[in-house]
Amino acid sequence: MSTPDSESRPRLAPGCRLNERSQPQRVLLMPERALRLNGPSLEIVERCDGNHTVRQIITELQKIYSKAEPQKVEQDILGYLARLKEQRALDFE
Amino acid sequence: MSSTTPNPLALVAELTHRCPLHCVYCSNPLELTKRENELPTAAWVRVLREAAELGVLQVDFTGGEPLARPDLTELVRAARGAGLYASLITSGLPLDEKRLDELIAAGLDHFQLSFQGAREESAAEFSGTSTHAQKLRVARWVKQRRVGLTFNFVIHRQNLDELEDMVLLAEKIGAGRVEFAHVQYYGWAFENRKRLLPTREQLNRSLEIIKKADERLRGRIRVEYVVPDYYAKYPKACMGGWGRKVLLVKPDGNVLPCHAANVLPGMTFENVQAKPLREIWQESDSFQRYRGEEWMPELCRNCERRTQDFGGCRCQAFLLAHDAAATDPVCTKSSQRSLVDSILAEVNSAPPTAALPPPPDWLYRPNPK
Repeated sequence: MSTPDSESRPRLAPGCRLNERSQPQRVLLMPERALRLNGPSLEIVERCDGNHTVRQIITELQKIYSKAEPQKVEQDILGYLARLKEQRALDFE
Repeated sequence: MSSTTPNPLALVAELTHRCPLHCVYCSNPLELTKRENELPTAAWVRVLREAAELGVLQVDFTGGEPLARPDLTELVRAARGAGLYASLITSGLPLDEKRLDELIAAGLDHFQLSFQGAREESAAEFSGTSTHAQKLRVARWVKQRRVGLTFNFVIHRQNLDELEDMVLLAEKIGAGRVEFAHVQYYGWAFENRKRLLPTREQLNRSLEIIKKADERLRGRIRVEYVVPDYYAKYPKACMGGWGRKVLLVKPDGNVLPCHAANVLPGMTFENVQAKPLREIWQESDSFQRYRGEEWMPELCRNCERRTQDFGGCRCQAFLLAHDAAATDPVCTKSSQRSLVDSILAEVNSAPPTAALPPPPDWLYRPNPK
């Protein structure tokens, strides 16, 4: 699994999108599947908009989850982004 | 009303049985619905809304060929309006760029294009039509726009040796996802099974090709593979379990737990014109019949795999063992596994595919009146 470049800007791949904000359970909708998003995973996916760099996503989440070990937050985010890339849910621009 | 009934996640909207293709393994029933009996637009719009209210996240517009419905754009818009993720499962005919743009503007999320082979000649043989070139045009149009693109190759004994070319085709165009789906033996495919079921040698080779393709393309193209379950040790979790995740609405509005359920004897299906979808999903006899574990034969009820494969496929149990409530005969633990093994023995004793002359007498699926 390759680690995404920290200056790249992840963006949801064609055919992948978040369901409506008004829905009680937020999910990432993809061809033939849907991924439930809660807490950190939702915070990450909401920032995969082609504007935030990986570095910015990490910094912002380290602020939100300030009680967690910053390095752990970074590792978790990089791992999660790499997994989404493998599932073809993300492009890195 | 049962409060423990799970919510469905996906709706398969089989809009029509009309189709420009005549595939020899079509999953439509042998008895096709006529155009005059198809649901009108307003009924489909209501079905989409009711499905979303029931918890459905995604709708697959399929057929026949869903593009044969002039109201498809309106239905895609209605699906998105209801909050659903909209997929189109299509042969790509009849389609031009203008209509594609309309569908995308209406909110189409995902375009799944079916292929019958990697080459014009083989695709023409299995689909009974000459459509491969148009599919390649459509694939390029879709690729130029921002919408999900899946290539779906239906694979079987007669085209499995083109598998590497199929991978290259998906790679060349740049599909986001490619699905290699072995023919499942129901409907027209059951009739043509002898010529479609691959040999063990072919199957093993195909698994190696898929593994390599998946490793090479990971992160670029998502590769998915559906095995021919006759070769499996355990049955597939058909539809994710009866009445657990998926519901299917037929062109005439009948609601089924799976594509092939209409082969099952003594089953009556409710219609969306007569009852709300929620009531059909939660209470109808057809959905309750094989839901949960009560209906299971002892073998399944005491098996630790019952929560993974749910006893396998009811239609397969009926087609092979003539008992819809039997353990799926694909299961190694089933006393009726010999039914499957004897079919495999027959296929594997024949000369390899390459040495076979082209099959002369396919039973082609016709078009409904």
